[in-house]
Amino acid sequence: MASVFPFTAIVGQDEMKLALLIASVDPSVGGVLVFGDRGTGKSTAVRALAALLPPMRAVTGCPYGCEPSRVAGLCAACRSPGKTARGRRPAGEPPSALRPVPVVDLPLGATEDRVVGALDLERALADGVKAFEPGLLARANRGFLYIDEANLLEDHLVDLLLDVAASGENVVEREGLSIRHPARFVLVGSGNPEEGELRPQLLDRFGLSVEVKTPTDLPTRIEVIRRRDAFERDPEAFLAAWAREERRLRRRLEAARERLPSVSVPDGILEQAAALCLKAGTDGLRGELTLMRAARALASLDGDAEVTVAHLRRVAAPALRHRLRRNPLEDAGSAGRIERAIAEQLGA
Amino acid sequence: MSDRPADRPSAAVVPAAPLAGEQRSPGPQQGGPGALRPTGGTAGSSAFPGPGSAIAGGGESVPEARAAMPPGDRRARNVPDGPIGASLPGADLWREAMVALTLFAIDPHGLGGVVLRARAGPVRDRWMDALAEALPASTVRRRLPSGIGDTRLLGGLDLAATLAAGRPVAARGLLAEADGGVVIAPMAERIEPGLAARLAGVLDRGEVRVEREGFGETLPARVALVALDEGCDEDERVPAALAERLALRIDLQAVALGQAIEPAPDAADLAAPRAMLPRVSCPDEVLQAMCATALALGVDSPRAGLQALRAARAAAALAGRTQVDEADAVLAARLVLGPRATRLPPAPEDPSEAAPPPPDPPAADDEDRSGDAQQDRPLEDRVIEAVAAAVPAGLLAALQAGLAPRAGRGGGRAEAARRGKLRGRPLGSRAGAPGAGARLAVIDTLRAAAPWQRLRQPAGAVIDGGGRRLQVRREDFRIRRYRERVRTTTVFAVDASGSQALHRLGEAKGAVERLLADCYVRRDQVALVTFRGPGAELALPPTRSLTRARRSLAGLPGGGGTPLASGLDAAADVVAAVQHRGDSAVLVLITDGRGNLARDGQADRERARSEALEAAATLRALGVRTLLIDTSPRPAPAAEALAQAIGAQYLPLPLADAGHLSGAVRQLVSAS
Repeated sequence: MASVFPFTAIVGQDEMKLALLIASVDPSVGGVLVFGDRGTGKSTAVRALAALLPPMRAVTGCPYGCEPSRVAGLCAACRSPGKTARGRRPAGEPPSALRPVPVVDLPLGATEDRVVGALDLERALADGVKAFEPGLLARANRGFLYIDEANLLEDHLVDLLLDVAASGENVVEREGLSIRHPARFVLVGSGNPEEGELRPQLLDRFGLSVEVKTPTDLPTRIEVIRRRDAFERDPEAFLAAWAREERRLRRRLEAARERLPSVSVPDGILEQAAALCLKAGTDGLRGELTLMRAARALASLDGDAEVTVAHLRRVAAPALRHRLRRNPLEDAGSAGRIERAIAEQLGA
Repeated sequence: MSDRPADRPSAAVVPAAPLAGEQRSPGPQQGGPGALRPTGGTAGSSAFPGPGSAIAGGGESVPEARAAMPPGDRRARNVPDGPIGASLPGADLWREAMVALTLFAIDPHGLGGVVLRARAGPVRDRWMDALAEALPASTVRRRLPSGIGDTRLLGGLDLAATLAAGRPVAARGLLAEADGGVVIAPMAERIEPGLAARLAGVLDRGEVRVEREGFGETLPARVALVALDEGCDEDERVPAALAERLALRIDLQAVALGQAIEPAPDAADLAAPRAMLPRVSCPDEVLQAMCATALALGVDSPRAGLQALRAARAAAALAGRTQVDEADAVLAARLVLGPRATRLPPAPEDPSEAAPPPPDPPAADDEDRSGDAQQDRPLEDRVIEAVAAAVPAGLLAALQAGLAPRAGRGGGRAEAARRGKLRGRPLGSRAGAPGAGARLAVIDTLRAAAPWQRLRQPAGAVIDGGGRRLQVRREDFRIRRYRERVRTTTVFAVDASGSQALHRLGEAKGAVERLLADCYVRRDQVALVTFRGPGAELALPPTRSLTRARRSLAGLPGGGGTPLASGLDAAADVVAAVQHRGDSAVLVLITDGRGNLARDGQADRERARSEALEAAATLRALGVRTLLIDTSPRPAPAAEALAQAIGAQYLPLPLADAGHLSGAVRQLVSAS
């Protein structure tokens, strides 16, 4: 595999980087949608994230990468006794090993059978065996599923993804197969609004929504090109130069994940969050939930034991921006409204 | 500098030419980049009225641009978004195109590719031949057929081989086959967004990811793309997502065959620069100047800056230098950044652009003075200045008219193409025999047959590896199902004339916004026709992008007479085009029905009226469902009569509050 531009070396785009980090600390935040100008490093950031994430422990040989310690989340194969040589599972966890967190790229032009999984044609034709060949959703379990140009993806695939992302389980009923397997992943979508809008239903399914813009100040732009150029000319040296930063961020992520369950959310903060949603006029409760989770993940990343208004303020725009009842013709988009609401509710 | 406006063009030539001339002469080819200097000069330039200028000239913007240009730049020119040095006469344009070709041949994959705007013809063929000569003989060159399917493009199941072998056999796609080579895309202006995004992804990653028809693999696909843009007007161009990945833009529309004399570089001469490329370094100063230039020209995407850097490296390698110098930077910026400019660099050049042509100072004197000035100014200023001269004049005119080229154009036209192949959304497959319009779902058929293979083998048959034939029976056949959804395009025809503006253009805008919101919910396409002043224009070709609709609505100008007939004609054109594609159209006409300009722009109320009724009859013949929103202060007989002539539903604005409006339109749409 070709070397990947390091996450920490991405210049600017702080909101996008923060959203991705929050989603990797707490996947229950929901997906991340990155929309904006071309050439702003959307794809680069997602691919860099794959290289950054600390490896995860998974059942050896499991196509879904089941987490050995979470009995409830195991796939049928891992749950059933007899899978291991020792026989009964209750004797202990199935054997496991560390593997990288999957960041699966859903390429445009992918067919449905590859996404959900299908009958293994090779084995069916050669041996007459009815076997299930897991698809991309299986591979993405416990990781990230990335859709570049999400707005160009075929509608029927989008529907399917939404369904699975919401239920955390992929149910395959086709060609005489009847399989269900866990498929919990963070959906990351990117796109350019010039190519067409996303359907509101899809929009709402993403936990965080980030707008990326081309930097307009000269020093930043110079730094973008300088780093990119250095990377392309000598990837190894560049990676080595950034290895320390990467390690540091990886450690911070690990610590944040451990700390997360113990981070508390005071009642006052919950009230503030609810008031903010009310003021901004978001639809449904999903906004408040995401806002709270994202703020908690951020506090955890910052090493704080308690969520404060400052955390809330930093995640409010990405958590709520795409949930406002839409006036599609408002010139500034929803950015202006949400910022006003934040300023009024949480103070500048 | 603002007091000597006319020195701009010549100052631009100076830094590029002498350096290029001196330092590159040891380079491999005769008269190659050394001939970069636009020798046409001021005097002889008008002798080459490029043949393309007549075809491609962007309508009325041409004379304006001419008038606004300093005399030195008044040369044959062509499309408003003119790629490389569009203001140069044919022979120089060709020379410039050859320089671009040379750089591309040195580093095809680094530069990503070329957008070559030219009609099919001998000039374009000559350029393509030259490219073939300049690339190493072993380079794969593949043509991308228009309307290519995903299986052919990306890869998938090789049906013939699969059936013969009795096991799935993968077919490599065209992109994987072209690994290490060049893909040539004819009619690139018609590439639909989906294909553009696939190509862009492969160009970015240098590999193709196949997740199709039972195969999942990643294949190397380091390709460069030559997009042959045959668009003939402003709207027809290569999709922005794709064009962004291609560093170079060349326009050969204004080059006559006799002017294409510069010979192609020889592949053998380019081997050394190519080998040297990885060793070429780039001083930070150049990098900074490149970024500053991009910023000054309003080139947003950082990709452009990177591409310019690579082009500069290729130029340095060509000259046999291991370090990029100013001449390389200027050349690269001119080739890569110039054509992408969305604005002119700020002062000191600015005032001269808006001013009428100043008196022509002697050119020699001019060069001297600017030569002195060269010494003490930072590199970036010199680069910016040089590139500014190469910025196509059409841009200037567009800027003056307040119509800076918008990013993301070109989606509308191409989007239309995609429905021919894909009627409706696939709904999986069902059992049934193919034929009578039903298409065989091959994979599903094979899957259905697969589990039975063992049973179907003749009893006692000797299994001799590979000799086994796949047994597919009639009951295995699966056919594709689609749900066809007819798309609706809502065409807004808005009367933006003075009479209208006086009354309630604002309110009409409000109404349109409300309707647009509805269209957004229904995922309809939207088109906008406006009429005022002497004629009508298609302000927004059918699009699904709300961003664009919003933008063109916000910039809707008002005032002038009411060319009602022209407006109706334009609306009818759009409607006919939509219907021609098999979609259904709904027309929302917003006017007070009081036309006062005839089709030829003459103020003649009587003729305007009769012509409007004529146009109304045409609309009626198209059978388009129409809603006429009367915007006059009181319901007026003129508008009502017009509505009757068209067969439209009539809705006076006093009644047309938001609820009414969207209700009326919904009715129209559901009537389809």
